[in-house]
Amino acid sequence: MSELLQFAFSGLTVGAVYALVALGFTLIYNASDVVNFAQGEFVMLGGMTTVFLSLAGLWLPLAAVLSVLLTVLVGLALYKFCIEPARGAAAVTLIIITIGASIFLRGVAQIVFDKRFHALPHWFGADPIKLGGASILPQSLVVLAGALIVVTALFWFFERTMFGKAVLATAANRLAARLSGINTDVVVGFSFGVSAAIGALAGILIAPITLTSYDVGTLLALKGFAAAMLGGMGNPIGAVVGGLAVGLLESLSAGLISSKYKDAIGFIVILFVLFAMPNGLFGKRSVERV
Amino acid sequence: MSHLSKLLKTGLLATTAALLGVSAASAQLKVGAVLSVTGPASFLGDPEKRTLEMYVEDINAKGGVNGQKIELKIYDDAGDANAARTFATRLVEEDKVAAVIGGSTTGTTMAMIPVYEDAKIPFISLAGAVQIVAPVKKFAFKTPHTDLMACEKIFVDLKARNLTTIAMISGTDGFGASMKTQCEGAAGKAGVTIAHQESFGPRDTDMTPQLTNIKSKANVQAVVVPGFGQGPAIVTRNYKQLDIKLPLYQSHGVASKQFIELAGPAAEGVRLPASALLVADKLPDSDPQKKVVTEYKTTYEKKSGQPVSTFGGHAFDGLMILVDAAKRAGSANPEKLRDAIEATKGYMGTAGVVNMSATDHMGLDLTAFRMLEVKAGDWVLAQ
Repeated sequence: MSELLQFAFSGLTVGAVYALVALGFTLIYNASDVVNFAQGEFVMLGGMTTVFLSLAGLWLPLAAVLSVLLTVLVGLALYKFCIEPARGAAAVTLIIITIGASIFLRGVAQIVFDKRFHALPHWFGADPIKLGGASILPQSLVVLAGALIVVTALFWFFERTMFGKAVLATAANRLAARLSGINTDVVVGFSFGVSAAIGALAGILIAPITLTSYDVGTLLALKGFAAAMLGGMGNPIGAVVGGLAVGLLESLSAGLISSKYKDAIGFIVILFVLFAMPNGLFGKRSVERV
Repeated sequence: MSHLSKLLKTGLLATTAALLGVSAASAQLKVGAVLSVTGPASFLGDPEKRTLEMYVEDINAKGGVNGQKIELKIYDDAGDANAARTFATRLVEEDKVAAVIGGSTTGTTMAMIPVYEDAKIPFISLAGAVQIVAPVKKFAFKTPHTDLMACEKIFVDLKARNLTTIAMISGTDGFGASMKTQCEGAAGKAGVTIAHQESFGPRDTDMTPQLTNIKSKANVQAVVVPGFGQGPAIVTRNYKQLDIKLPLYQSHGVASKQFIELAGPAAEGVRLPASALLVADKLPDSDPQKKVVTEYKTTYEKKSGQPVSTFGGHAFDGLMILVDAAKRAGSANPEKLRDAIEATKGYMGTAGVVNMSATDHMGLDLTAFRMLEVKAGDWVLAQ
């Protein structure tokens, strides 16, 4: 029993990370129909910039805030110099542009930072909390809380604010949104900025547990994307549920079945869910009117 | 006085070289290197490249080998075996090198071996796997310890502590998979039983489920982790998180200061087999290896500004074995170099004493490995 609880703790921690990455996907997808594969690089930038700023002698919280701001700038630059000039291109083209941007960011990080792994200190110490025979790191709770706060804020933003509605309207029909007076360029640019901020925040929260390096983004983007698809692309709650589900699947299959095939088992389950529910667990069925 | 004569000699050499022009260029000892300077194995290739460059410069400044300057040609394969093979062909056909050092990884090394065998050019690999020299290939040599030796060294230490039933959690990358196989093969002979096995992916960020399973096995007395990169550091952290009290053995794959930094306080008490380079300043003065490892460490750290790693040490050994062989052969003929490398005896390198033979193209024995333990955030020789 205590073993199952341990697997669950492990899965929830990893899952919360995937959830935060999936949230970043969701936001940009909602505003622009683009799946931003540079989302993982935002996570990397958040963690690595914090590491290097604090190595340079900056107070850690200040380094964290600065690195979020810097990543937001990178996100805005990505929109301004890569996505906006290609405005009007098909979503697939834009997605390929983001893949290029992710390779570019990784290359730059390799030169600006270094190629080694780095760790950040735990926020509330590294001593695990014992609970029912299992142990969980305080930092895992921080990651979970972070995911919860971000998703609540996003939910409130989309449902309760005018600007959030404008983002949703842009997602639904860009032309109609523009005709009703919404500045869609600002909306899409904004979504890149906020996604970058969420990514950077995730990178800072998880660096004490998972360590960070210039190339952590690739795998996180892949898992986050799987989580977003599982939950239903474009739904913030789906992103969180999908992320936690992918994390739990991984840890349970590693613990109960075989650590060798844990990734395979996770992805097979996702495949079957998507066969049954092509729009994911929380995705709205899209209807094309002819 | 001796300074002046040295200066004169170098001056004379330079003048003759300049006068002779073309013939001087062909009288150089051309050494090629294909290293993984960038990419996922850059932690191997980067220190290797720096080491080769700084020591070739040093050797040339001192007049070269047999009066010949070494001309070093380095290519970066970025860890890609296909690229390595292409560069190997280029070294052979275009650069016409006399010998090659490198192949940072087992994958790139194995891809290049056929090229050098065909061209009959001696090749000193810097990669770990035992397959490079077993079975013996006429022109392929290697400087690092093998993973089989790491397993044997760990098992010897386990037996000394009366621990015979172990669990293994190995990385699924090439290094981890290879060492896992070697350990499985060596366990029976060493009288060690591997009671339980788990694995982790090279990019995994959490190994608590696997370790929870190991923790629940009552008969396990120690845990061995074949793997490299950040994975073993996370295993170590999770080990502490789950409060597992069994002795933990890591492999030579994480034998660098960075492992201690990443694993933090959880690394305390972890043991691993590694070369003496990591504990250069803690070796007793009577240790025959002390001189070479301290000198290399000081030089490398001063010139590169980075902490020394065993990987750069392998490149140092490769270059020095080659230079030593070239001096004995008295020629830059590849086949004569090969014969001289195979005849290397009693060379004291950063990895240990090298005694090559026609049947052993690595020439190290178990004494080359030291069993180290992490104490107060630093490596010490395990008692």
